[in-house]
Amino acid sequence: MQIANANRLTPYLFLAPAALVMTVALLYPIGYMIYASFLDWNPSQRIGEAEFVGLRNYINLLSDAAFLESFFVTLKFAAVVVSIEMVLGVGLALLLDRNIRGMSVLRTLFILPMMIAPIVVGLMWRYMYHPSVGIFNRTLKSLGFEPIPWLSDGSWAFASVVIADIWQWTPFIFILSLAALQSLPQSAMEAARIDGATGWRQIVYIKLPLMMPVLIVTLLLRLIDAFKVLEVILVLTNGGPGLSTEILSLRISRTASEFRELGEAAAMSNYLLILLVILTFAMFAYNKAVEARTARLRKAAQEGS
Amino acid sequence: MSAKTYERQNPAFYALLVALVVMAVGPIVMMLTTSLKLNVDIMSDSASLLFMPTIRNYETALCDFLWYEAPHIDYCDKTFGRALVNSLIIALVSTVITLVIGCMAAYALVRFRFMGRDTVSLSTLAMRMVPPAVLLVPVFGIWTFQFQIDGTRAGIILVYVAMNLPFVIWILQSFIVQVPIQLEEAARMDGAGPFQVFFLVVLPLIKPGLAAAAIFTFRVAWNEFLLANALADRNSRTVPVTIVNSITEFDIDWGVIMATGMLLAIPPIIFTFVASRQIITGMTAGAVKG
Repeated sequence: MQIANANRLTPYLFLAPAALVMTVALLYPIGYMIYASFLDWNPSQRIGEAEFVGLRNYINLLSDAAFLESFFVTLKFAAVVVSIEMVLGVGLALLLDRNIRGMSVLRTLFILPMMIAPIVVGLMWRYMYHPSVGIFNRTLKSLGFEPIPWLSDGSWAFASVVIADIWQWTPFIFILSLAALQSLPQSAMEAARIDGATGWRQIVYIKLPLMMPVLIVTLLLRLIDAFKVLEVILVLTNGGPGLSTEILSLRISRTASEFRELGEAAAMSNYLLILLVILTFAMFAYNKAVEARTARLRKAAQEGS
Repeated sequence: MSAKTYERQNPAFYALLVALVVMAVGPIVMMLTTSLKLNVDIMSDSASLLFMPTIRNYETALCDFLWYEAPHIDYCDKTFGRALVNSLIIALVSTVITLVIGCMAAYALVRFRFMGRDTVSLSTLAMRMVPPAVLLVPVFGIWTFQFQIDGTRAGIILVYVAMNLPFVIWILQSFIVQVPIQLEEAARMDGAGPFQVFFLVVLPLIKPGLAAAAIFTFRVAWNEFLLANALADRNSRTVPVTIVNSITEFDIDWGVIMATGMLLAIPPIIFTFVASRQIITGMTAGAVKG
């Protein structure tokens, strides 16, 4: 009797520590944040002493030019970075999907940028962008061109931040799409080759459609991460010059630590979270729709044959 | 066609490969060479590859661990050494705790199936969606006012464990699913209890998954800045926090700061070379297999 009881309890025993930690340190804080977003709260107060102000933080933010600017910068950054990285990463994967010596070494070298701390990535690029000792301006000068104000001019600063992110994260997309390519069914490729499809046609009509499910998940993961980028930009520009590179994460941390407006920072966090939830669900819905369509097509094809 | 024969490619292809490798590794190599230079060499206009390598910058950064007197150090700044110890303790302890707890949870979810795999992968994705910046305000508030563990290593470890758990559970699940249930049943026949089955039969079989999970957890805990910055006080600062503190100053000592950056980058680089296969498995497991 006792043994049976113990057996029934085992799964819960195994799950309990993880559930406990995640409730205490993940779910509770998120709930707390939603509550805090309705308060006028500064860091020296206990949360009980903060005044309840309803939706005021949210409404104030909507008319706050700086917040809207950084919201827009965040969207722009994510869109630019993810689309360039997808094109480059998938392109490289298609190009390098060959039977060559040293492929594993190449892949190992490519994951290095992702493994290194974002702080350090920021550091390296800040050094390279340095106006006098950095390699870019040195090269430009020795070739007789004007030095470029990499980090001190608004639009150049945005471009610099984008370049650093592309360097760091294109390999992620490359590796995932390479894995997808190498797990494609050989029969489909062979059939295409026998039918006389050229390289380009193979890519457009066979490889890309077959890779689609993986590509969508990759895109989703990368997009989520692009909204989380913070350290690299913090080290490179700290959001400046002006607000040109101040993404939302950075603005949240500054609102909390410099302006000491915890309630407002929490409301901002909620806006960011809502944006991410919408994106994720849109992507999921699309993915499900595509899956349903391919299933239907497959069924139709089987019935037809 | 066997895997051992390689197709011959045209030279332009190899040129492209070389260019890609240079682009991927170049910045890291540049950080390494800068960390081995004196400031005179960094500032000089001459060719950047001709210089006398020196370990002075490393000596400055690690001055409290030196067993000899370095002649060029007149004042030893212990900040970095302390931060390195903190980083090591925090990253190692949170990795071990996350793995133990995560393994057990993943096993329970797979074998006792009272929640679907879909629920877990969906909630993993949902958790991955939460940016650390979103956790900043509540974690700061709760840790300071309710748990009163701000400024301690334990407080930082707790956040890291919670942040990493969803991903670790997800990854380990995909490995545990592949362990044949017959093995476990055989062990149970021989009289092993559920804990024995788990520790003696299942764990040894999912070592590659454990390695991947361990590397990812360690990397997050080792590299994280934002929450550590909010939670740490002078004595529990980690390396990323000290690096950011020292670059906000106007005059940057590039040699020393590159040496500290290099020290922060070394563990992940070593992992990459030792276990690149596991890392790639970990990265692709979720996306490719679905």
